[in-house]
Amino acid sequence: MAFDQLSDRLQMAMRRMTGKARLTEKDIEEMMREVRLSLLEADVNFKVVKSFTKSVKEKALNEKIFKGLNPSQQVVKVVHEELKELLGGDTSEFALKTSGKTTVMLTGLQGSGKTTTAGKLASYMRKKHAKKPLLVALDVYRPAAVEQLVTLGKQLNIEVFERGTNEKPEKIAQDALLYANDKDIDFIIFDTAGRLHIDTTMMDEIVKIKSAINPDEILLVLDAMTGQDAVSVAEHFHTALGVSGSIITKLDGDTRGGAALSLRQVTQVPIKFMGLGEKLDDFDVFHPERMASRILGMGDVLTLIDKVTENVDESDMMNMMEKMMSGKYNYNDFLKQMKMIRRMGSLGGLMKMIPGMSKLTKNANVDDKQLVYLEALIQSMTEKERRNPDLLKRSSSRRRRVAQGSGRRVSDVNKLIDNLDQQVQMFKRMSKMDPNQIDPSNPMKSMQQAPRKQKKGKGKNRGGFRF
Amino acid sequence: MGFIKKLFQSKQKKQKAQKYRIGMEKTRRNVFSQLDELLRSGNKIDDDLFEEIEEVFIMADMGVDVVLSFVNYLRETVELKHIENAEDLREIIVEEMFKKYVKEDIVDTNLDVDHDLSVLLFVGVNGVGKTTTIGKVAHLLQQEGKRVMMVAGDTFRAGAINQLRIWSERVGCEFFEKPAGSDPSSVMFDAISYAKKHDIDVLLCDTAGRLQNKANLMKELEKIHRVIRREIELAPHETLLVLDATTGQNGMNQAKIFNEVTHLTGVVLTKLDGTAKGGIALAVKETLDIPVKLVGLGEGIEDLEYFDIEEYIYGLFSDIV
Repeated sequence: MAFDQLSDRLQMAMRRMTGKARLTEKDIEEMMREVRLSLLEADVNFKVVKSFTKSVKEKALNEKIFKGLNPSQQVVKVVHEELKELLGGDTSEFALKTSGKTTVMLTGLQGSGKTTTAGKLASYMRKKHAKKPLLVALDVYRPAAVEQLVTLGKQLNIEVFERGTNEKPEKIAQDALLYANDKDIDFIIFDTAGRLHIDTTMMDEIVKIKSAINPDEILLVLDAMTGQDAVSVAEHFHTALGVSGSIITKLDGDTRGGAALSLRQVTQVPIKFMGLGEKLDDFDVFHPERMASRILGMGDVLTLIDKVTENVDESDMMNMMEKMMSGKYNYNDFLKQMKMIRRMGSLGGLMKMIPGMSKLTKNANVDDKQLVYLEALIQSMTEKERRNPDLLKRSSSRRRRVAQGSGRRVSDVNKLIDNLDQQVQMFKRMSKMDPNQIDPSNPMKSMQQAPRKQKKGKGKNRGGFRF
Repeated sequence: MGFIKKLFQSKQKKQKAQKYRIGMEKTRRNVFSQLDELLRSGNKIDDDLFEEIEEVFIMADMGVDVVLSFVNYLRETVELKHIENAEDLREIIVEEMFKKYVKEDIVDTNLDVDHDLSVLLFVGVNGVGKTTTIGKVAHLLQQEGKRVMMVAGDTFRAGAINQLRIWSERVGCEFFEKPAGSDPSSVMFDAISYAKKHDIDVLLCDTAGRLQNKANLMKELEKIHRVIRREIELAPHETLLVLDATTGQNGMNQAKIFNEVTHLTGVVLTKLDGTAKGGIALAVKETLDIPVKLVGLGEGIEDLEYFDIEEYIYGLFSDIV
């Protein structure tokens, strides 16, 4: 995702090391130069870059890398560990109160995405922690900011507390607390106006809001695309408010997101959540470990697994698998499967989490619209045709009718037929595959190669795919 | 010091540059005063010095490649001219900056708004300040005597239409909208037919913020652009990328991809009043040759200026010349 390009650069630097039997100190220095440039290009603050490369270099040397069997892998490991450390070690979600109300204040520069994040956070807390959230609109300056939050509240069916734009935000905030007092609301999010960190009047105001409500958490919302300035922004807000954490937004873009790295390092404030897209559920806990892996191009299988288990009913999935394996897979299943995928979010986003796929998808534009077209095609088939894929294959007039009914071309219908065929083929292959032969670093490759490796009559696990 | 003196001889020019000086006060204090210290007389010119100069420029988000080639040039010059005193680097830095960015050509930052119906399209990623910028540009053009209409093309983000409407009321100009969720291209189409009938001079078209790597949204933008061009020959007369001055290297990607899709005629650099250095503007100019036309220097309706790259560079370096 956002860190793709950074990982490319690092991988490039690493590649020069691979194949070498041993690394000299000069090798390491050269690699650190690449790492330095790469991090600078990724907008990591130059002070952070300095300390990062220095400590990686020391560690790489101290690990007696010269004696290792595979020195380049050791360096990768050191860089990975350092990055993970830099990003904040372990996951840090905030402590929710078991009883009573948790209050959260969001703050940040203009345009960093506070209001959208407020909606996302509220929805996340309701879904993950069964909280009853209340959104409080404190941005009385930007035109229609209150309305934006009210609209989001309507979309999510979450209550919004607002007093228009004529009252002082600290007063509105206090009123909101009073209002929530005798309700069963247990999670309150205060959406404040965007402000420049050097604007003393506005910074005074947010301090006033803070002392009026004394929130449990003060979260700084930071745009992942921010440049070198990220550090001074974070420092100013932190000094004024004692920020308890941050949320990085717009990580679904192609920014390398170095701002996140430096923010964490310089302020020691943990990154708690990340915003990943336009949809209101494109939001997740920030995982330093996963992000570090992602930086090094190891993919993000953990997030993918989380998404799958969250959105897919297990028995549904098992049924589907059985069908696939038995070769009785038809268009109804195809449709169901697509709906499952769509529930998990954008296709492009999913693809990038699979190791080895980030490179493949870089140039291939994954277009979510395609799924809509496919759905239209299938929905234009009769129930019989859906159950028995052969009918379409045999009759050109059926294919023409489906194309017309869905507003697509006959060639699209043909593509769909091929697609289904390929899937059936692939699953047949998979069911014969030996799970031990799957290369974890590149499952796609093993999937393509597996049938060739398989020799007839050999192998203990023949004839059954293990879950 | 002759070169710089010559450039800023006229009093008028000095006064105008003063505005940038104030707007960018913080930048200079934080970043370029460091440069001032580095270039004190008596400091030795060595690798450490070059690296520190490198870092000062990188701090300004000027783009790593640009900075590296620039510092390399400095190295070569130092060797060639046997320069030993750090102070002598001042003039070389500023002179090279001017040569690099100002070049010989005169950059026209005026907006192309003198057609029967001029269309200005504002594009950019989320949260850079497109709507606010349209408000300020509308005010600027009204002052110049134009009949302006804003077009609410962001039908996606909650509250975006109303945000623009409030700006139109502040400015006192016309406003065109369709319900939230409408196809933005159809909004443009209808706005143009309305404008043709109602004697409007300039259309300012807002669009939804979109990250440049979202293929679908970029296709949507391409369609918007196409529909406008189909209705009015050579329109949109200006397609302006709104760029947040705090943006880092990603600004380059933004400029590159938006340019591919819509053919940009200029950049509006917003939020330059913060500690932002907006060095990315120089990188965009250098690599894509797209000029910055306007800069946003605050939240007020008047806080918008035509950009002058000479003044900008002067603002950056006035402490060291």
